[in-house]
Amino acid sequence: MLLDDKSIYLMRLGDNALVLAQRLSEWCGKGPAFEEDMALTNTALDLIGQARMWLSYAGEVEGRGRDEDALAFRRDSHEFTNLLLVEQPNGDYANTVVRQFFFDVWHQLVLDALTRSADDRIADIASKAIKEVAYHLRRSIDLFVRLGDGSAESRRRMQAAVDELWMYTGEMFKADETEELLGAQGLACDPSTLKDAWLAMVHEVFAEATLELPAGEWMQKGGKQGRHGEHLGLLLAEMQFLQRAYPGATW
Amino acid sequence: MKEWPLWEVFIRSQHGLAHKHVGSLHAPDAEMAINNARDVYTRRSEGLSIWVVPASEVTASSPADKEALFEPANNKIYRHPTFFPVPEEVKHM
Repeated sequence: MLLDDKSIYLMRLGDNALVLAQRLSEWCGKGPAFEEDMALTNTALDLIGQARMWLSYAGEVEGRGRDEDALAFRRDSHEFTNLLLVEQPNGDYANTVVRQFFFDVWHQLVLDALTRSADDRIADIASKAIKEVAYHLRRSIDLFVRLGDGSAESRRRMQAAVDELWMYTGEMFKADETEELLGAQGLACDPSTLKDAWLAMVHEVFAEATLELPAGEWMQKGGKQGRHGEHLGLLLAEMQFLQRAYPGATW
Repeated sequence: MKEWPLWEVFIRSQHGLAHKHVGSLHAPDAEMAINNARDVYTRRSEGLSIWVVPASEVTASSPADKEALFEPANNKIYRHPTFFPVPEEVKHM
């Protein structure tokens, strides 16, 4: 049903932003440098703002009386529809930078396509978000290149992170029925159309960073359908604890 | 991060005409310094333009020279531009 697919699609966008924001927030106060700490938490705040917009709209379209808070704090992990990439643990800083870079390139492409959505509200949210994401991407590229083409240790760590996270990148482009249906209606974007542009930019940045692009073809999937690894459960336990222990609490 | 040089940050806001010194930060190079300045110093207000200058490039007058450099001007009130009203239009001179 179109409305169900639409709310699922919106939830995916919101969940990506929410889960990634939670991951970035874990660096708060623990960043390798004060400036990096500020940068990551700023990015997290931007993403939380975007998550609020997407999840609010998703709740409205879904029509089951769930608002942004209900969706964020009272769904279980099997109901979360984020990409597997964003729930991967922070690891070392190289891992965080690589994860962010892979996501930011995709995120900007998706948001750009969504600014042309037939749905005005989607186009509106995308137009606001893309300004923030343009900066996220710029920062990601700058860091990626400097750490990749850096010292022997930073390059080693970056290559290791690339090799480990590569298998999570395919999910970003694998369209399922929901995305195909909405794409056909002009409401959303078929992610498989973004793959070439993504690869082109990734190639360019990898070259500058003197890192090797993995050749692996096999890709992890299932996040968009609610099939997650063990990491998401732990992340949600921390994120949702307060609201679940004290439902409706305010301060 | 100990090898990152120090940069002085100057920001011109929407409503201002001149870059103001807002603080300093560490960054490996100029590009990253601009990014970091944007993150650290423009969080709560809009900036229009950011300048970053390596702290090592800033030459400052010595506090010990304060009297020799600035005292003489204070005594010569005929040099001070305070005896006529400045028109509204050139308020920011």
